[in-house]
Amino acid sequence: MPQIKSKANPNSEAFHCNVEAMQSLVSHLQETVATIAKGGGERSQQRHLARGKLLPRDRVKQLLDPGSPFLELCQLAAHEVYGEDVPAAGVICGIGRVSGQECMIVANDATVKGGSYYPLSVKKHLRAQTIAEENNLPCIYLVDSGGANLPRQDDVFPDKEHFGRIFFNQANMSAKNIPQIAVVMGSCTAGGAYVPAMADESIIVKQQGTIFLAGPPLVKAATGEVVSAEDLGGAEVHCKISGVSDYMAENDEHALQLARNCISRLNRKKHLDFDVTETVPPAYPVEDVYGVVPSDLKTPYDVREVIARTVDGSEFDEFKALYGTTLICGFARIHGYPVGIVANNGILFAESAQKGAHFIELCAQRKIPLVFLQNITGFMVGQKYEAGGIAKHGAKMVTAVATAKVPKFTIIIGGSFGAGNYGMCGRAYDPRFMFMWPNARISVMGGEQAAGVLAQIKKDNMARTGDSWTEKEEADFKQPVIDTYDKQGHPYYASARLWDDGVIDPAQTRNVLGLAISASLNQPIEETRFGLFRM
Amino acid sequence: MTSQKNCIKPIKKVLIANRGEIACRIIRTLRKLDIDSVALYSDADKTAQHVKLADEAVYIGASPAAESYLCAEKIISAAKRTGANAIHPGYGFLSENSNFAKTCEENDIIFIGPPTSAIDAMGSKAAAKDIMEKAEVPLVPGYHEEDQSDERLLAEASKIGYPVLLKAALGGGGKGMRLVESADEFQENLDSCKREAIASFGDDFMLIEKYITEPRHVEIQVFCDQLGNGVYLFERDCSIQRRHQKVIEEAPAPGLSDDLRKQMGDTAVRAAKSINYVGAGTFEFLMDKDGSFYFMEMNTRLQVEHPVTEKITGQDLVEWQIRAAEGHPLPCSQEDLSFNGHAIEVRIYAETPENEFLPSTGKIQYLRTPEENEHVRIDSGVIQGDEVSVYYDPMIAKLIVWDKTRSGAIHRMDKALKEFCVTGVNTNIEFLRNINTNNDFVNAKLSTHFIEHHNESLLALTKSIDNKHYIYAALYQHLSESSNTNNRNLSLDQQSPWTTVNGWSLNATPNRVFRFNTDSTNCLDNEAEDDSSNIEKNIAVTLTFESNTIIASCGDSSIQCEAYLKDDELTVITGHAQRLYVSQFDKKITLFIDGKAYHLSTYSAEFSAEGDDDNGQLTAPMNGRIVDVFVSAGESVELDQPLAILEAMKMEHTIRAPNAGTISEVFYAPGDLIDDGAPLLAFEAPNEKG
Repeated sequence: MPQIKSKANPNSEAFHCNVEAMQSLVSHLQETVATIAKGGGERSQQRHLARGKLLPRDRVKQLLDPGSPFLELCQLAAHEVYGEDVPAAGVICGIGRVSGQECMIVANDATVKGGSYYPLSVKKHLRAQTIAEENNLPCIYLVDSGGANLPRQDDVFPDKEHFGRIFFNQANMSAKNIPQIAVVMGSCTAGGAYVPAMADESIIVKQQGTIFLAGPPLVKAATGEVVSAEDLGGAEVHCKISGVSDYMAENDEHALQLARNCISRLNRKKHLDFDVTETVPPAYPVEDVYGVVPSDLKTPYDVREVIARTVDGSEFDEFKALYGTTLICGFARIHGYPVGIVANNGILFAESAQKGAHFIELCAQRKIPLVFLQNITGFMVGQKYEAGGIAKHGAKMVTAVATAKVPKFTIIIGGSFGAGNYGMCGRAYDPRFMFMWPNARISVMGGEQAAGVLAQIKKDNMARTGDSWTEKEEADFKQPVIDTYDKQGHPYYASARLWDDGVIDPAQTRNVLGLAISASLNQPIEETRFGLFRM
Repeated sequence: MTSQKNCIKPIKKVLIANRGEIACRIIRTLRKLDIDSVALYSDADKTAQHVKLADEAVYIGASPAAESYLCAEKIISAAKRTGANAIHPGYGFLSENSNFAKTCEENDIIFIGPPTSAIDAMGSKAAAKDIMEKAEVPLVPGYHEEDQSDERLLAEASKIGYPVLLKAALGGGGKGMRLVESADEFQENLDSCKREAIASFGDDFMLIEKYITEPRHVEIQVFCDQLGNGVYLFERDCSIQRRHQKVIEEAPAPGLSDDLRKQMGDTAVRAAKSINYVGAGTFEFLMDKDGSFYFMEMNTRLQVEHPVTEKITGQDLVEWQIRAAEGHPLPCSQEDLSFNGHAIEVRIYAETPENEFLPSTGKIQYLRTPEENEHVRIDSGVIQGDEVSVYYDPMIAKLIVWDKTRSGAIHRMDKALKEFCVTGVNTNIEFLRNINTNNDFVNAKLSTHFIEHHNESLLALTKSIDNKHYIYAALYQHLSESSNTNNRNLSLDQQSPWTTVNGWSLNATPNRVFRFNTDSTNCLDNEAEDDSSNIEKNIAVTLTFESNTIIASCGDSSIQCEAYLKDDELTVITGHAQRLYVSQFDKKITLFIDGKAYHLSTYSAEFSAEGDDDNGQLTAPMNGRIVDVFVSAGESVELDQPLAILEAMKMEHTIRAPNAGTISEVFYAPGDLIDDGAPLLAFEAPNEKG
């Protein structure tokens, strides 16, 4: 395969500036994530440890095979959303290798508000289940949660995508033979009681885990009965009398070992009907990706420089390289897996949209996973282009993206604006995984443009009434709009609300994609049936 | 010699009435001479190396030597059955048994060794001394007469010259023996010695011998043919002994003058001829500081330490033995013999020097030996995976080195010992290295008391495990897991990034934590002494993976390194490259650094199944045989009360109650063989909480 020849000069001034800018964004991201990883803070961690429990992240580590990668999802969930700290939305989700199998792990963090479910905790739990279901990954729930966050019950309980959906998903995944394993390592109250009850197999820790529909206070209020939590729903009760739980563990470590045992006897094997080759690192160091991406989103650059630092051997077989050149399409491998890459290299024109649709068809036909590298301000506008049918050509690409059944992976590496987001497999187009770089921005249009549009409308209204405003007045009008767009378009803002699966260090893009693609291959690739293409 | 019967009886096929390294050693020469070999094996030796190496092998019975390697009848019938016309007895077992030699003769089988009469002559120490006296071989001055009056004994002692050794004639094992430094102390010692002799042996007949303060053990290798010719192949110094067991042997003896060598050699040849000796024999002498030497005993067989003689003379003594047995004249005369350079042999044993050299039995899980070449020779009967059984001598190998000079040989030995790595059983390798590098040894200040004198420094097996060792173990574990991806993934997706083991995680530097127990046997961690059981007894090593380097930290130590693993050879590069060998079996990791073995074990949380405590069982500390069981089920016992005796390699171990309590079940009876770690008894502590 042809190899991309990088034109970037690691010794140039521009390269250094880019590295510096990206490095500072990545450092900030790492610090933020490290803080989030501390959960509910020192004091509540100490309280947790004093009870003889392991911290939730240590539980996850012990559950995983030694040294296994852990692809954590939605690390920034609920970040600066509720006016109080709810790190990781109180639930750690991610994919890791357990007894040789890639599994989805959902672990409550009881050090964060007692592990109670905020609206975004529910959304995150459901997102993890969706990923598990789409990719056929066994689920392991490490339960330690007081249940729904009562003050916010209206955003947690009643709707379709609320708490009840967790159990709906468990039942339906179980029906598809996607194993559901629950490990009760703390409270599991009310609705939460259904997590182990609905699980295929459940494990409970002695003197720690409790399962009941109503806890002792509620029982006392309801019937006057006075009973301890342990006698009401402890391990002894559920393993010896009720049968709600199947295995009794001595402590956290033991419980996690039992969970590993469960996974080891699932009788599942990942089958690959796939042309996989030996993994070859890129010819250019992945870290150098910092230097090839300009710090200003508006500065154009060749996306091939990013591809060269992502794919095996920097080898990229470009499709229709001479046509519709603002969209780069081509074949490559990531960690040995064949992929089709669709990457923006400027604004989308009719030709580039048609080329994209064609390429997506190719990949769907051949069952090659698609990777979208999104850096798009939108489709071209203007009379000439509307007349040229940009809308229908764009629609072809959107149709292709929407209906292609191959696993799709989206990384927003720059701007994600307007209909470009759709054509490039934004969240609404069900990519199996979607991540953002810390320099990226996402909104219906750029802040400047939005402010400009709003100012223009206002100016038009003024013109009708004969009014006018000074340049200063106009600037004062535009600034809050720009500020709002900037804030809401920020990747942390987006990721906190789970519009994506996480903000990632660009240097880890290759590994993230490799892990995600590999995980997705647990699910056999379906045949695609495309929607109607408007000709 | 008058009867010169020069009839050659060619040896076509040799049965080796032995096992282990010496059997292998003999087979090698037989193969060289194109003579067929027949090995013997007992139950325990079914898959032993000597069986695999021989052309044929015959089963001769159960594992105890008395039921196999010592059964003359079975051996003779095996020889007849296989058509072997000669038997090589090796050393030990039946090698100095004249009845066996006689039986061979009666069955028209050549016994590769001396005539029966010579074996008999040298078999009894007292008789041997008489013969030697007649052949004018110097004996340790002493008094062995009937007159046992106090006065006569005192007079004889003074005649011999102090210090003297008082010995009960029937004595043994150190009992009824006294060292007397001067005439003043004589009477007092005589009285107590007699009392002890009466009490122990019922007889107080006393012998007096000159006591040599710092004697050396120097022995002469002689060789005779059936034609009456005899030569000596110089001497060996075997002064480095532990409880009369040779530990290190060397040739030539350091500092021995050519004159003295010739004098000793001529004496030995004369003595051998006086008993019409044939084949290989060794005269063992005690040598005083002034060079006077005294006959101790003659060994009528090939010695364990014969390789050092072979290394300096360039001769093959087994070949000589076979030629002599066939009736050939000696291959060369005394004038033709010379020696060159210096050779040292050490006996590598499966034993625990730290624990009174207790034999260490079990499977040799890992065995790495130095490369053999003109300087290094290894005589061994085992390979990795073989068992050191309770039935036989637990020697793993003899390591022999040669160089032009003694100091060269010592240096070679040090290097070779560093590269000799064993796990599964304990060994004396570090002890041997300590001797080999001891200043007095290097300066050839040798005596049979050498080991006693230097006991403390020789047993200072300094092996405090520090952070660096945990770091090496963690690097090893990481690298061996990295190179072994196949068994981790249950899918066909073998190259998947999910199979990596560096603890990759999102938006963080990949890192892994490895945990080790701190209670490894050779970890003398004083700080850990006073802790209570609820303090975590494990130590963590964190490896952080930056692009090309690994940052490894443990406690207050931290190194930045690159590390590579090639099979069992780990190279850690920091400022300089440290190379070490590592073996891992289950949780046990052994690091071999500069000849020292560091044993570590990986930590993992232990779970007792469904509330079952396993501390109610007493397990065997080593492979062995139950000698006696003192308790029966239902019996209450006190703390430290002996419960059973386990024998391994003739050493007895008492199993004691860990607490007061009740014996609930006994799993073995006397005579049963048990494996290391097998539960022996079920024990219940009283008032155990549920």
